Amino acid sequence: MCLAVPAKIVDKQDMLATIELSGVTRQVSLMLLPEAEPGEWVLVHAGFAIQVIDEDEAQKTLDLFRELEQYEELDR
Amino acid sequence: MMSETIQLAHGSGGKLSHDLVQQIMLPAFSNPALNLLHDGAQLPVSGGRIAFSTDSFVVKPRFFPGGDIGKLAVCGTVNDVAMNGAIPLYLSAGFILEEGFPVDELRQIVASMGQAAIEAGVTIVTGDTKVVEKGAVDGIYINTSGLGFIPEGVTISPCRIKPGQDIFINGYIGDHSIAVMGERHGLTLPATVLSDCAPLAGLVKELLTAVPDIALLRDPTRGGVATTLNEIAGQAKVGIRMDETAIPIRPEVQAVCDILGFDPLYLANEGKVIVIAEPCHREKILETMRSHQYGVHARLIGTVVAQPAGQVGLQTAIGGMRLLDMLAGDQLPRIC
Amino acid sequence: MKNLTVEEVRQSARSLTNEISRLANRPIRIMEVCGTHTVAIFKAGIRQLLPEQVELVSGPGCPVCVTPNDYLDTAIAYSRKQDVIITTFGDMLKVPGSTSTLLLEKAQGADIRIVYSPLESLAVATNNPDKKVVFLAVGFETTAPTAAATVLAAEQAGLENFFVLTSHKLVPPALKALLDDRTTKVDGFLLPGHVSAVIGEQPYQFLIDEYHTPAVIGGFEALDILQAVYRLVKQLDEGKPQLENHYRRVVRAAGNSTARAVLEKVYCPADSNWRGIGVIPYSGLAVNTDYRHFDALVNLPVEVERLQEHKGCRCGEVLRGMIKPGECALFSKLCTPEHPVGACMVSVEGTCAAWFKYGAGRWQL
Repeated sequence: MCLAVPAKIVDKQDMLATIELSGVTRQVSLMLLPEAEPGEWVLVHAGFAIQVIDEDEAQKTLDLFRELEQYEELDR
Repeated sequence: MMSETIQLAHGSGGKLSHDLVQQIMLPAFSNPALNLLHDGAQLPVSGGRIAFSTDSFVVKPRFFPGGDIGKLAVCGTVNDVAMNGAIPLYLSAGFILEEGFPVDELRQIVASMGQAAIEAGVTIVTGDTKVVEKGAVDGIYINTSGLGFIPEGVTISPCRIKPGQDIFINGYIGDHSIAVMGERHGLTLPATVLSDCAPLAGLVKELLTAVPDIALLRDPTRGGVATTLNEIAGQAKVGIRMDETAIPIRPEVQAVCDILGFDPLYLANEGKVIVIAEPCHREKILETMRSHQYGVHARLIGTVVAQPAGQVGLQTAIGGMRLLDMLAGDQLPRIC
Repeated sequence: MKNLTVEEVRQSARSLTNEISRLANRPIRIMEVCGTHTVAIFKAGIRQLLPEQVELVSGPGCPVCVTPNDYLDTAIAYSRKQDVIITTFGDMLKVPGSTSTLLLEKAQGADIRIVYSPLESLAVATNNPDKKVVFLAVGFETTAPTAAATVLAAEQAGLENFFVLTSHKLVPPALKALLDDRTTKVDGFLLPGHVSAVIGEQPYQFLIDEYHTPAVIGGFEALDILQAVYRLVKQLDEGKPQLENHYRRVVRAAGNSTARAVLEKVYCPADSNWRGIGVIPYSGLAVNTDYRHFDALVNLPVEVERLQEHKGCRCGEVLRGMIKPGECALFSKLCTPEHPVGACMVSVEGTCAAWFKYGAGRWQL
């Protein structure tokens, strides 16, 4: 129940942001995430930005998955 | 089990369209050529074989990025004829016009048809026009039927499909659907999203010249690649295994699909051909396609397997296996 | 996982599934409670990669599936009124009510418009001042704030012809109801990543404190899901149930407080009827008194046909993870995606539809 995609904010006018994903753009409402700023990646659901994607955590996840490749046994 | 009234899904190319043909049309018309249910009929006449096909066009909007209903009307039938391995030669064009339809628009549409015909190397040799009262049709409906000549040595048929054969596609999928859908639901699409509507007769001719032995050609129109592969698997009584990572999709098209919840494997294409042939021809087929303007992004996307017959499996990016069923109706944007 | 190569993804998946196989030395039942997880799991072919003893079961996580017949009947009744325009997410269109669906009504001429965002309803309302626009407000905690925000926007715009017909559901009360039902057998929960983006981690703590059931908040990429399953299996192996968040790039511990504030302004918790489960206390949302003028049921009288439930439909047991779709006598015979009897078959993410479409469990090569 929650089809949502990460997209980048490329413009912001008050409570409306323009998000962009692979060249496709749409206006989304920032009523649920007023602090989001252009340049940030946000999670978009039903025409609203609902959370800012944490770039550090995203990188950590990527690194983890890359690491997994090399390990026979996991130990965390 | 047929419903009592026609629903939109009966025209969407998926399971219900199939049921309609199987349960209503076939019983009334049944004959060997028709029963094969390939893209057109292959008919013996003295001196050789001809391919004969028909299609009707009702697309809205009538003008979309990359084409219009006229271009579609010519390319659609040209392609259906070409899918029989035939060289398309002659088209007919029937028009049903709504009273009040703007003549200027009609001019644009037929100009488009003329241009497409030239590119496809066909002539529109006969036609008909009817006008009905306002409201009886939605603007303009076009029917085109096409005839082509099948060269010696070419036999395109689901019967020729065998396990072990390669499955190719000539380029990006989903472009047409997304271009036509255009800017619904507030999406703005980049200029790179254009309908892939194109006459494939030239590409088919080059392919058959290079590899006359090709087993099957089919264009994945309504219902998309997944539906077409299901049809093929069912008709040929084989299984099909696809590689998800090999299927070419434009990132922009994937983005729209991700946002609205569509699966690109079920989106209509108007300039794509699925090619099935023995693996010994692989390099030749890829080389021939990639040196043609309509095959630049050609890929090997799957293989024919013996079992499970009639089913299409997709090996996923993660290495899992997913069953690709036929579409039950039109895809709708979703949030869930 | 777009930044990883195909080989990296496949190899990481192998590492995770190897570990899962190594640790899972008894039958384990993991329930995912998010329709989007159900589909992601099928689309990625994940069941194929898991060992036999790890079973992934779909819970009541598809808001469409748990929407009861009478809600659909009401929506259909509204759609039959000449002065009403229905706006709805595409998901609702084929859900069967007692005798009809919105799609069938549309075919008969009802003005029903599919929207991607509830905000699109406001333009419809503005452009059709003589009509009443009723938005079908369904969805869990991810979607409910968007509907609430739309109500606030309607208020700001001074719209008087916009209404919501609500059937929002909440996840934590449903989890509690599932665990209180002794027939439910679940060893761990894969928690919905996007609902969690709104509600945060705290609402799930009771799963550990009161029920000692491992729970992991997971994302929706294939590797996210495998990671979450691995963590659950590891917790079970170590015998230490915990609440873990493995979708930190989206889920903050505190969730999204603005979204919750918007939600609470317009809605309040209320008892709610879940198809196949029954009424769960405070598991749904009702419109607050301050916003009653946007509530369709309060402002637009409508006559709804008598409720009929279909005999033989076992959606409830499917939703509670008690039976697999194949065990329902109607599955793929009387109940198919073209002719769905119950909501599990209708939604793209309904368990039965997913099983039908993607192949029950493992597809044999």
